[in-house]
Amino acid sequence: MSIPDGLRYSTDHEWLAIAEDETSPATVGVTAFAADALGDVVFVELPEVGASLTAGETCGEIESTKSVSDLVAPVTGEVVERNEALAETPELINSDPYDKGWLLRVRITSLPPDLLDAEAYRALTDTGAGS
Amino acid sequence: MTTIEAQRTPLHAEHEALGATFTDFAGWRMPLRYSGDLAEHHAVRTAAGLFDLSHMGEIRVVGPGAADALDRALVGDASGIGVGRARYTMICAADGGIMDDLIVYRLAEQEYLVVANAANAPLVTTELTERAAGRRAEVIDAAAEYALIAVQGPAAAATLAPLCAADLPALRYYASQATTVAGRPVLLARTGYTGEEGFELFVAPDDAPSLWTVLLEAGAAHGLVPTGLACRDTLRLEAGMPLHGHELSAAVTPFHAGLGRVVRFDKPDDFVGRAALSAVSVSGPGQVLVGLVGESRRAPRHGYPVLDPETGATLGTITSGAPSPTLGHPIAMAYVLPDHATPGTRLAVDIRGRHEPVTVAELPFYRRPSSSSPATAKAG
Repeated sequence: MSIPDGLRYSTDHEWLAIAEDETSPATVGVTAFAADALGDVVFVELPEVGASLTAGETCGEIESTKSVSDLVAPVTGEVVERNEALAETPELINSDPYDKGWLLRVRITSLPPDLLDAEAYRALTDTGAGS
Repeated sequence: MTTIEAQRTPLHAEHEALGATFTDFAGWRMPLRYSGDLAEHHAVRTAAGLFDLSHMGEIRVVGPGAADALDRALVGDASGIGVGRARYTMICAADGGIMDDLIVYRLAEQEYLVVANAANAPLVTTELTERAAGRRAEVIDAAAEYALIAVQGPAAAATLAPLCAADLPALRYYASQATTVAGRPVLLARTGYTGEEGFELFVAPDDAPSLWTVLLEAGAAHGLVPTGLACRDTLRLEAGMPLHGHELSAAVTPFHAGLGRVVRFDKPDDFVGRAALSAVSVSGPGQVLVGLVGESRRAPRHGYPVLDPETGATLGTITSGAPSPTLGHPIAMAYVLPDHATPGTRLAVDIRGRHEPVTVAELPFYRRPSSSSPATAKAG
């Protein structure tokens, strides 16, 4: 299962690409591990542009044929862009979770202390947690 | 995480080699999907899928009193099943509650094969043993004698025919025949749980891996792919087929589920549940099973409340629901009060705190082209 280095990860199986220039928005998506556990995604409900996110709180949902999962905000901040392509092609989350299947761009106001690096997230998923 | 090690089917190594994602289901480690739920679902509707159903429970009932014992134990008419034929039936408790739904194959005058859902197989074996006591019939747990492979879809017959000694077109729906496939002995049944044409192969566990491989290779030219339990669930839901633990349970009778036809009051002798079922058949069930079609993209799921769209009053509960891969909109089954069960009735479902509109629809949601088979027939 692909877990790229250089990204940050939440225990809710989301990834964050945080720009070096910290004033630029971060990109948020779900991990390949989560996409695989969900099965084929058929519908994504994302927060509106301008919405305020609070880390740890539900901000949308991801629905597959088999199940539905809450999308949990991995950081606190404001949504500045969302991946509108997912409305018509939600399968991008399965086929390309770290690139074309991104969900949101968020201007971060607060990073939670418990985000993981790739190595720690690998350890988390190896133990089967969250599956 | 599992605390008890799940059983593995004789095909476990084949699933691993195919890259399956596994799930623990009824104490078994089963393939959930291979390539993907949607691709597998569509393959069964348009070509064919190969399922490992070895978790299903097989119970043999043999002896001069076998027919009599099953007539007593089940709501259906076992003695009326012709040799070589099969029937969809149920085993009920004394209060009429559904303990399991079953397919009963009559293999010989004095030999039946009862196929139960994996989770219920131990209970069904115990109940059949108790109910057959003193009736010159032996009840044998035969689950370890069989692996079960299903070939389902419009290309199922074309896949099997070149490998099979039997005359496939002559095998009727809900019939079975002892034959060979690729030289291996097989009990071949024309049954399924997908809403498509298809066959189920009861085979010796040692023969299962080679047969699986032969069928995959033979079917590839027809578009057959290995298919997991995830698509099996959306396929059966589209076909309006009930699943024990969802639509069927000890809390409902066959009449609640719209399957009162499986209860045969014309049997001469008493059977377990007769008095209670007779009462329900007269008074009518308090809730009835309906199909629902969703108008938003959010799908109702098991356990969600069904509501009156005007007052918000609870009218029932969703038993199964999913976005339909074939139809492109959410579908669900639910128990609702009988006066809200007419097709076309507009209801609402509380989907995680938001009320979404749904409309009562006829079952099944999907019927295969040129279908002439009973829509509710199933293999568990």
